[in-house]
Amino acid sequence: MVFKQAKWDEPLIYELGCEGRIGFLVPEVEEDIRREVGEIQIPDKIRRENPPELPELSEVEVVRHFIRLSQMTYGVDNGPIPLGSCTMKYNPKISESIASDPRITLLHPLQDEDTVQGLLEIMYLLQKWLANIVGMDVCTLHPAAGAHSELAGVLIIRKYHELKGQLNRKKEIIVPDSAHGTNPASAAMAGFRVVTVRSAPDGNIDIEAVKAVVSDRTAGLMLTNPNTLGLFEENIVELAEIIHEVDGLLYYDGANLNGIMGYTRPGDMGFDIAHINIHKTFGSPHGGGGPGAGPLCVKERIVDPERNIKLSDLLPGPIVKYDNVRKKYYLKKPGKYSIGWLKSFFANTIPLIKAFIYIACLGPQGLKEVTEQAVINTNYFIKKLKDTKGYSLPYDPERYRKHEVVFSAKPMTQDVGVTAEDVCKGLLDAGFYAPTMYFPLIVQEALMIEFTDTETKENIDKYAERMKEIAKIAYENPEEAKKWPRNTVVTRVDLVKANHPKTVTPSWRVLKLRKEGKIK
Amino acid sequence: MSLVVHPWLPNSPKKIKEDMLKTIGVKEVSELFSDIPEKVRFKGEWDKLEIGFGRPLSELEIQRIIDDILSKNKVFKKPPVFLGAGVWPHYVPEVVKYIMSRAEFCTTYTPYQAEISQGLLQALFEYQSMIADLLEMEVVNASMYDWASAVAEAFLMALRVNKGKNRILIPSTMNPMHLEVVKTYTMPRGVVIEKVKYDSVTGLIDLEDLKEKVAKGNVAAVYIENPSFLGFIEENARDVGEIAHDGKALFIMGVDPISLGILKPPGALGADIAVGEGQPLGLGLNYGGPYLGIFAVKWDMKLIRQMPGRLIGLTTTVDGKDRAFTMILQTREQHIRREKATSNICTNEALCALGAAVYLALMGKHGLKKLGELILYRTNYAIKKMNTITGVKAPIFKSLHFKEFTVNFDKTNMPYTKIHKELLKKGIHGGLYLREFFPEFGETALYCVTELHTKDDIDLLIKSLKEIVEGWSR
Repeated sequence: MVFKQAKWDEPLIYELGCEGRIGFLVPEVEEDIRREVGEIQIPDKIRRENPPELPELSEVEVVRHFIRLSQMTYGVDNGPIPLGSCTMKYNPKISESIASDPRITLLHPLQDEDTVQGLLEIMYLLQKWLANIVGMDVCTLHPAAGAHSELAGVLIIRKYHELKGQLNRKKEIIVPDSAHGTNPASAAMAGFRVVTVRSAPDGNIDIEAVKAVVSDRTAGLMLTNPNTLGLFEENIVELAEIIHEVDGLLYYDGANLNGIMGYTRPGDMGFDIAHINIHKTFGSPHGGGGPGAGPLCVKERIVDPERNIKLSDLLPGPIVKYDNVRKKYYLKKPGKYSIGWLKSFFANTIPLIKAFIYIACLGPQGLKEVTEQAVINTNYFIKKLKDTKGYSLPYDPERYRKHEVVFSAKPMTQDVGVTAEDVCKGLLDAGFYAPTMYFPLIVQEALMIEFTDTETKENIDKYAERMKEIAKIAYENPEEAKKWPRNTVVTRVDLVKANHPKTVTPSWRVLKLRKEGKIK
Repeated sequence: MSLVVHPWLPNSPKKIKEDMLKTIGVKEVSELFSDIPEKVRFKGEWDKLEIGFGRPLSELEIQRIIDDILSKNKVFKKPPVFLGAGVWPHYVPEVVKYIMSRAEFCTTYTPYQAEISQGLLQALFEYQSMIADLLEMEVVNASMYDWASAVAEAFLMALRVNKGKNRILIPSTMNPMHLEVVKTYTMPRGVVIEKVKYDSVTGLIDLEDLKEKVAKGNVAAVYIENPSFLGFIEENARDVGEIAHDGKALFIMGVDPISLGILKPPGALGADIAVGEGQPLGLGLNYGGPYLGIFAVKWDMKLIRQMPGRLIGLTTTVDGKDRAFTMILQTREQHIRREKATSNICTNEALCALGAAVYLALMGKHGLKKLGELILYRTNYAIKKMNTITGVKAPIFKSLHFKEFTVNFDKTNMPYTKIHKELLKKGIHGGLYLREFFPEFGETALYCVTELHTKDDIDLLIKSLKEIVEGWSR
C-alpha cells in the first residue's frame, strides 16, 4: 500500500490575506435606528482602542486555508483509527444530517417548554433506552463528556455519604492501576484520597489487594469493565460485595461499554452509578477532541428511608419527565439533594441526537451485533499478530479480549531499541492511524488497539501485516525505524523544543512578543 | 448467532463472521464472552427491551419518524427569540458550518499522533492564537465545555495558585446559572464564595464594598463579567483588577467575545485569567450544547502550569527543517498526572473551537467592531422603544447596555408569565423572566437583541408588547 499524506505548504492564517479584505459582510446599522438613538459613546476606560490583531482574508481564502488543513488531517472517514479506549467507530452520515436540522439547532435552551416538545420527546426516549442498555433505573443526559460525568459520579458518592452522615470518615476512592487517568483525576477533584490497587497477573484487579485496602474509609470504587487491557473483570461479583459491605458505592466508567452490550450490563454487575460515552459507544463523531456527551445513570438505591431520598435524587442537571395529566414533556430541575448543575444548560444535545439515531437504526439486535463485531475484530487481530517476534501480549495471553487489546513492544525495545512510538510512526507511514501508545501505564511499551465494530476484516489483516513488517524491519535495520514517519505531513516533531519554557509557543502572540523581546 | 447484517458493520455477513471465528478458533461468538460470570450475565430478553424501536430501522424510516417528532418544535425565525442569558441567537456563517462538517476534522480525535494530524493541530493553534489576540492574553487552551465550567475551573485554578486562601469574590449580578456550576465544582473545596454589592443606580460593582471585602484578606480571586449577565457594561473593570491585585488576589474576567470588537479586552484591563462563552462565534443555539468554554491566562509560567485542558504549541520537526505543531505541557493533564492533574478534562469541544477559528478568520480585524456596533445600536434602540410602552421601564440600571437589557413590567400590573404567554400566541418569544434568580427586581425580564434582530423585528416586539400590556391595563 502506498500512502502519501496531502501536504500543502500552508502558512499560518496570520501570514495570509491582505489589508482591507473582509471574509464576511456585516450589515449596516439602520439609518432610522442611528437617528433614533443618536451617537452612542462607550466610556473611554472600557472602549477598545486598537482592533484585535486578526488577519484580513476574503471568504475564498478562509475556505481554502481550512480545506487545506483538513486535507492534512486524518479521520475515521480516511481510514482506521484504532486508538484504544477511544472507540473510534464510523460516524453514520444520517445522524449528521438530522442533527443539523434547524428545528434542533435554532432552539434556545431556555425556550418555553411548550415550544420544544419534539426535542424533549427524543431526549425522554433516549434516557429510557440508555437506562435499559446499562441496566440502570434513571439517567440524566446533562454531563458534556465522560470525565464531566465522572466528576458528577464521584460528587454523588460524596453526597451519598454526606446525607448518611458519614462523610467525615468516607475519604477514599479505590481505583485500579489500569484505570483511565480521568478516574483518579475526577476522584481527586471531588476531594477524595485516591487509593490505587494493582492488577493481578491474569489482568484482573488484584482482589487480595482490594481487600487489603478496603476499610471503613472506603467511599467507593471506580472501575471500567472490560478493563483497559480489554479483559473482563471476572471478580466483579466479589468486588461489588466487598465494596457494598463497607457501604461504598461502585462507579462504572462507561468508556468500554462497546465490549459488552447485550451480554451484561453495569446494573447486572452490581454497579450503582454508570456513565456512558455517547461519542464512543453510540457513534457520534469525536470532532478532533470533542464535543461528546456523557449521560450518567444510577440505580434507584435508597439513600435515606426516613427522608425518602433515592440515589436518583442526587443526579445533576435537569431530567426530562412526562406529565401524564398535561400530556407534556418537561424538564425537572435538580432538587435539593441533587449535586446541582455541571454546565449552564440542559445537555450537549447535538451528539445526543446522533446517539438517538444510532440506537434507532440498530435496535437491540443491532447493538448486540455491534459488541460481537467489536470483540471478534479484537480477537481476530490478536490471532493474526500473536507470536510475532518483537511483540508480547502481557497479562494472560490465552484469555479472550473484548473491545480492545494491549500488545507490548518491549521485546523489540530490549532487543534492538525500537520502541512503541517507533512502531506507531511506522503505522502512520502505511496510511493507518496508530494505536494509543504508552497506555495503560501498567504495560511497558504499550500499544493499545481497538478496531471497534466498524473496521473491515481486510483492514485488520493489513494492519497486522504492517505490524509484522515493522517488527521485521526493526530487527533487520533498527535505524530505519527511527526515520519514520516519512509519508505524513511532517517528520517527527521536536517535543523538547515544544515544551521548553524558553521556546514553548502556545500562540502567535507569544511568538511575536518573544521576537520583540517583550517576554522571555 | 444473531442475524443482523447492517451497513455500518462490514463484518456482519455470516460468511465473514464465520471465517473470523474460525481463525480465532471458536465455533460460536458466545465463547468469546465465556469469562463473564454467570451471575452477572444479562438473562432477560434483550431484543424485547425498550431500546430504539424494537428492530433496526433504515435511513428512510428514521427520517420520517424524526421529521414527525421535530414538527412538534416551534422555531422562532421571524423574529428570532429575544432570549439570551448565557447563549444568544447569532448568525452562523455558512463557511463555518461548511468547514465544521469537513469529515477529516469531524471524524478525528485528539491529535495524539502529531505527524499525521498537522492540519487539526494548526487549526487549533490558530484558534488559540486568534482568541489570544482578541483577549490580549497570551495563552488560551483548546477549549472547556462552556463558560460556566470554564469559570468554575478558573476558580479551582485560583485556589491552587493562591494556596491557603479560600475566599472568592463575585458580583451580586453574576450569571446565576454559572454560579450554580461554580457551587458544584467547588463544593468539595470548602470555598467561601462572597457576593460584592452593586451600585443601586448603575448596577456596577460597588468598589468600596469590594475594597472592604478584599481588605479582610484570604481572597484567592476576584471575578467580574463584562458585559454583565444583565447586559450593562462593567466600565470600572480596571479598578476592580487593581483592587484585586492590591489584595494579592487573582483577577478573573468573564467575557462575551462578540463584544470585544468594541470593548477593552481583559488583557488590557489587567486580568490574570479570562474565561467566556464561545457560542456567539458561529456555533448556534443547539438547545444546550455543544458550546465552547474559553479559557485564557496571561504569560506567567506559574499560571500556565496550573491551567486545565489541552494546549497546542508551535515547534519544528526534530531535523529542524519544517514548522510543526503538537500538544504541549501535557504533564498537567489527567492521562499522565492522574490524581495530581490540574483537571480531569479529556474530551473537550475542539470542533467548536475550530468553528470559532473560522468565524474569527472571516470577521478579521474590523468585522467584530462593526458587528459590535450593530448590536450596540440595536440594543439601545430596543431599550428606547421599550420605554414608550405604558408601565414599562428599561433597563432597571442606568448604565450603557450591550446585547442584553432588563425590562421591568411592575407598573403594567400584569404578571410577566402572562405577558410571556401572550407574546407566544403572537409568535414571539420574549426574554428570560428573572424572578427565580433575582426576586428583588420584581416583574423583570432579560431581553436580548443581536444582529439577527432587524429594526422590523424590534418594532414588531414593541408593538406586540404594547398591545398586550396596554390592552391589559385598560
